[in-house]
Amino acid sequence: MELLRFATAGSVDDGKSTLIGRLLFDSKSVFEDQILAVEKTSEQMGADYTNLALLTDGLRAEREQGITIDVAYRYFATPKRKFIVADTPGHTQYTRNMVTGASTADLALILVDVRKGITEQTKRHAFISTLLGIPHLVLCINKMDLVGYEKEAFDRVRSDFADFAAKLQIHDLAIIPISALHGDNVVDRSLNMNWYGGASLLHHLEEVHIGSDRNLIDPRFPIQYVLRPQRDDYHDYRGYAGTVASGSFRVGDEVLILPSGFSSTIIEINGPQGPLQEAYPPLSVAMRFSEEYDVSRGDMICRSGNQPKVAQGIDAMICWFTPDSFLEPKRKLVLKHSTNSMRCLVDELVYRLDINTLHREEPVGRLTMNEIGRARLRTMKPLIFDAYKDNRSTGAFILMDEDTNDTVGAGMILGPTD
Amino acid sequence: MNYEITHLDVLESEAIYVMREVVAEFERPVLLCSGGKDSLVLLHIAKKAFSPCTLPFPIMHIDTGLNFPEVIDSRNQLEEIFNCRLIVASVQESIDKGRVKEEEGPTPSRNKLQTVTLLDAIKENRFDAVFGGARRDEEKSRAKERFFSFRDEFGQWNPKAQRPELWNLYNGRHRQGEHFRIFPISNWTELDVWRYVEKENIALPSIYYAHQRKVFERDGMLLAAEHVQSSPEEEIFSTMVRYRTLGDANITGAVLSAAANIGEIINEIVSTRLTERGATRADDRVSDAAMEDRKVEGYF
Repeated sequence: MELLRFATAGSVDDGKSTLIGRLLFDSKSVFEDQILAVEKTSEQMGADYTNLALLTDGLRAEREQGITIDVAYRYFATPKRKFIVADTPGHTQYTRNMVTGASTADLALILVDVRKGITEQTKRHAFISTLLGIPHLVLCINKMDLVGYEKEAFDRVRSDFADFAAKLQIHDLAIIPISALHGDNVVDRSLNMNWYGGASLLHHLEEVHIGSDRNLIDPRFPIQYVLRPQRDDYHDYRGYAGTVASGSFRVGDEVLILPSGFSSTIIEINGPQGPLQEAYPPLSVAMRFSEEYDVSRGDMICRSGNQPKVAQGIDAMICWFTPDSFLEPKRKLVLKHSTNSMRCLVDELVYRLDINTLHREEPVGRLTMNEIGRARLRTMKPLIFDAYKDNRSTGAFILMDEDTNDTVGAGMILGPTD
Repeated sequence: MNYEITHLDVLESEAIYVMREVVAEFERPVLLCSGGKDSLVLLHIAKKAFSPCTLPFPIMHIDTGLNFPEVIDSRNQLEEIFNCRLIVASVQESIDKGRVKEEEGPTPSRNKLQTVTLLDAIKENRFDAVFGGARRDEEKSRAKERFFSFRDEFGQWNPKAQRPELWNLYNGRHRQGEHFRIFPISNWTELDVWRYVEKENIALPSIYYAHQRKVFERDGMLLAAEHVQSSPEEEIFSTMVRYRTLGDANITGAVLSAAANIGEIINEIVSTRLTERGATRADDRVSDAAMEDRKVEGYF
């Protein structure tokens, strides 16, 4: 069974909670005691219907205020696939939450109310999905029951979205007319919309081809931890543990170790199930090399004919998360990239992006919470990376505050500055 | 070459990655083991993550004194199987030292008390990373839990001020006295755990499987007559049951079941209409936010 991670975006008004509730319910992933608890709470809150949003809003403050504070993770499975849903709230802290949920997603599911059409929020969500490099996008045009299931209403929204989407890099887009409330095109094909020839949402989620999403071209193996058994029978053993970020590695491959630049040959790969001939993402393995130079955490294994960039200056898109401070020139931060942490300095803020219009605003002094912009950073030691668009594993980083230790930003590398 | 990978392999590699990240970045990790299926799966994965080395951290059991004897038997074998140090922190000792007070009533629960024992043991041993087998599908406040979950110097969880967690880049920065709870199997469901137990042939305490037991019914749960005092109007009867979760013997209910092996258990879980906690745990029934409230204080 394959695993598909998807992020949902939209607000309660778009029917998102109803849709997730229905996917969970129809795949039998919601249980009677959960439904009973939700009914009880709905009743206490004076609602005259069972509020399915309560299934996902787990914290006391969320239930009391009727809002979703944080990304919630939900799980369901069909005989074909297991799904992990990162359910991101549409209102508060939307950028931070959506970026978080989107960072691990294979697919983004965006909801639109057919009567309202494409809104600023829809555009924001679509933009963030593409910025975070999510390979698949599904636009669900919801509440079709309220427009008499008419094709014209659907076509209007679809064509509006197509106009906007032309500005974005979307590789795979599906647009599905649904009614989350009545279940049209959610699990089964709707009988009310014979004019729609595509798949139901669940069918699409089960069938969308994700096998080619992983980068199997560029071999990258960041060293995470060195295994050195303190035992006589493993006297000279050094196992280099890590998770394959991209590409594949075979026993016998000649590899290059960065930043030292030495070459070595893979003589053994141990996976979770024992020895392997080949390792590929996202397997966690331990490798042994023929020559053992000084290899340690933070080093990157690659091939001499296919190397990542090594630089101390990077150009990146950054999303700022905290209300307590700003991203501004001369600011010092701690950057975590792959298995490496280092201090860095903000050299320049190039522009801020208005994520509603996609306009670049310059000059700009600083980024505040939930803003996205392009910046140049200088790191205290060389960073071994790829552009985020080519490699989500080796192109991403987070920024941490040295004093509060908080995670204050996330970045996607565009390239070296020089 | 076929590069397909199953969801269990992805989840296993994810958990291994998280564990290695912790050992690389923290000074004094420990693995909490209740003796239940989730923590045994965690231990099994830990062994793989660091093979051929021995486990680079001790394991710790919070002994309430009210555990099922079968769980204690299984716990006592861990040191030998995994060749590691086992720390037992005892709630009874916390009571004797006057750190906590036993609840009143005929069947006092020690469920809340163990938070103090746990936090004391973390402080005493100066642990900075504490592995737990909690899963996000278990309970709705856990659905918002991070892989790296920050705890302040009082051991408290602040669900509204959690650090955002992106990609697989975990932020474990902390000051002295603060610690992290680490949940490597966050993304697993109950069914994933059982499928993994089956695939890896992991030995579990016998009471997970159907057996004959004397029970009585209270609040819709089947409690073991051997471990809980029944009242005169509660009728004791013998039937085939098994346990879906293993909390303290006085608050954990059994479920009617004839599932004597893993295959049968998986069939049962696929068709059940109750969550494992809803079906079997009195501690989560107190209120809609019972788990959140305990977690804020520093519970598992």
